[in-house]
Amino acid sequence: MKFKNTRLLLFSILFLFSFTRVNAQGVEKFLKNSQISGNFQFDGMYYIDDSAIGAPDVPQKVLMNAFANVNYTNGPFSAGFRFENYLYALQGYDPRYKGIGIPYRYISFEKDKFTITVGNSYDQFGSGLVYRAWQDASLGFDNSLDGVNIRVNPWKGITIKGVWGKQRFYFEHGPGVVRGGDAEFSINDIFSQLNNKQLRVSIGGSFVSKFQEADDPVYKLPKNVASYGGRGTISYKNFIVNGEYVHKINDPSTINNRIYKPGNATFIQLTYAQKGLGLYLAAIRTDNMSFKSDRDAEGNDLNINYIPSMAKQTTYSLPAIYTYGTQPKGEFGLQAQGIYTFKKKTKLGGKYGTSFSITYSRYNAIHKKQIDENTPIDSTGTLGYKSDYFKIGKDVYYENFNFEFSKKVNKVFKFMVDYFYIMYNSKVIEGHEIPNIHSHTFVVDMTFNINDKHSIRTELQHMYAKQGEGSWAYGMVEYTIAPKWFFSVSDQYNYGNSITEKRLHYYSVATAFAIGSTRIALNYGRQRAGILCVGGVCRYVPAANGLTLSITSSF
Amino acid sequence: MKYLIGIIVFVTVFWASAYAQNEPVTNPVGLKKLPAVELKNLDNKTFSSGDFFNDGKPIIISFWATWCKPCINELTTIADVYDDWQTETGVKLIAISIDDSKTSGNVSPLANGKNWDYEVYLDVNSDFKRAMNVNLIPHTFVLNGNKEIVWQHTSFSQGSELELIDIVRKVAKGEKLPSE
Repeated sequence: MKFKNTRLLLFSILFLFSFTRVNAQGVEKFLKNSQISGNFQFDGMYYIDDSAIGAPDVPQKVLMNAFANVNYTNGPFSAGFRFENYLYALQGYDPRYKGIGIPYRYISFEKDKFTITVGNSYDQFGSGLVYRAWQDASLGFDNSLDGVNIRVNPWKGITIKGVWGKQRFYFEHGPGVVRGGDAEFSINDIFSQLNNKQLRVSIGGSFVSKFQEADDPVYKLPKNVASYGGRGTISYKNFIVNGEYVHKINDPSTINNRIYKPGNATFIQLTYAQKGLGLYLAAIRTDNMSFKSDRDAEGNDLNINYIPSMAKQTTYSLPAIYTYGTQPKGEFGLQAQGIYTFKKKTKLGGKYGTSFSITYSRYNAIHKKQIDENTPIDSTGTLGYKSDYFKIGKDVYYENFNFEFSKKVNKVFKFMVDYFYIMYNSKVIEGHEIPNIHSHTFVVDMTFNINDKHSIRTELQHMYAKQGEGSWAYGMVEYTIAPKWFFSVSDQYNYGNSITEKRLHYYSVATAFAIGSTRIALNYGRQRAGILCVGGVCRYVPAANGLTLSITSSF
Repeated sequence: MKYLIGIIVFVTVFWASAYAQNEPVTNPVGLKKLPAVELKNLDNKTFSSGDFFNDGKPIIISFWATWCKPCINELTTIADVYDDWQTETGVKLIAISIDDSKTSGNVSPLANGKNWDYEVYLDVNSDFKRAMNVNLIPHTFVLNGNKEIVWQHTSFSQGSELELIDIVRKVAKGEKLPSE
């Protein structure tokens, strides 16, 4: 029997090969069109005991995260996978990232205006308020949908998408099933006579539903929860206005304390841009809009949608201490930004141009009122609260004012000066029972080009604050030999901490070597405990001291 | 068993003969073609990366974001010399912002406010970033006239732009790069 099977197999191979024999030209074409590409990243850290900064004990001494993506494409066909490795995961990443596996793999092909993907997929409907599957390795965030993703362009200017699957949950799947569809119509592309009009309009709508079993002994929980919304974008000359409104039916969950109130969100943006001048105004209001494929999930786990944060993101280390994290139960945020560049060869512009920008952002609570006299706000099993859409809550969660001035003086010297005022409601954002923090930070960032290849950059920062950890000072010197070498030394000093023992130095020494698409970096020093945020999703990173090696490469 | 070996030999010969009759297969993992992925331009118009066009001249693709300081530093540094680069080599720089809906609204004001003359596209859910296997930004690619990727580099430091234009010059002249 076994032999018979082998023979059958061999005959099949023979059949296949004789087929390719006839189609040798085809084989050649097939091989010519074949492309393999991918990337690799490794982060490993050796931890040194450091009780002064409150670094947790690491019994394994060394921890590592690594992954490699491999993609194969051949004309309309593509397939790929990601191999992930956590032995064990670095501090600050969820410990459920443990071991080795292939949590991401897909096959995709395009045919007759259809793109069909089976396996894991990333996608986004509109601005993501009802559906966004995305990944950020540095955050340890990945909610790819394992299932089917179909995209079709039945007509120029029309895109219809459908998704159906289960969400990735570390090395497993979440318990719920997610199903959704989205349609976008670009009016100017649909009607050829409107193609070249200055007024451009596009509209879209999406619908997403999740299914999860429910057998709660007390509450009747919805097994199917739907969320849907509409959006539009109008652009005319230098202006763009864009808005989206979404609604979610009742969805009692751990995040909202199991209330039955429906949720909604509104996101509006206005942009004006011309050469040398850019203006941006945005507002977002979310009310009970956390949408997860498991009603018991917490934190960033199993998010179906995405709530963008309007707080200005900065890379300067002192103002980044107080970074806003979006509040899933509801918030009202706005941002206004202006950026202007003086013309070159004018009095203010100088030979190389001068630019400045002003940003203001603020977050408030949404208005909330008891549903009746006897029921406190957020009582489990009730409608939770009433909210007047046009009233803003009294509590301020966050406020940020930033002014930035940058100028290139000559070929040797350029600089940037920044001022940040940040008000941070630690009680709401981090759950610490301390008064609101008001901080003022000045940054001076200078670059000196010694010659074509060698340059020095320095950063001096000072943050003044009475509350929280008090005042900080920061200094950094960076030396680069372009395009390959990088060296830096920095120290962050919490000299104004009200607790004398916590007036600590967070020193760090780093070097990196980059060649082509490969970069190797080595860092030794202390990291302060804090919240690391990318794109409105944040994770807590504990304090650490040690040696870090990072390797990244693509092929 | 004999039977089995016979078949293997037969298949091998058969297979080999298929090639003997044709031209040799060129290196299947040669230069990579640019993948075609849907992006949006700053007017919210859908645009495929497969339609990037510079009339047979080199293209620089630079991945950046409004929150990435070295990226803005790179694009601002190049902006100062971009006119000269274009005159000399005919190169076009295409800046791909990976800002998501949190900050994508800031892209157009920033790119215009900084007076950049680049073609700017939005890759709001990082589809193109994934297709190009970009891990960290800034990540810069150079494409030849056939829109094949001939060079790439991660990170930016002051002076790196000189290496970049050196590569572009070679590509514009059709010279071989050391990596090819």
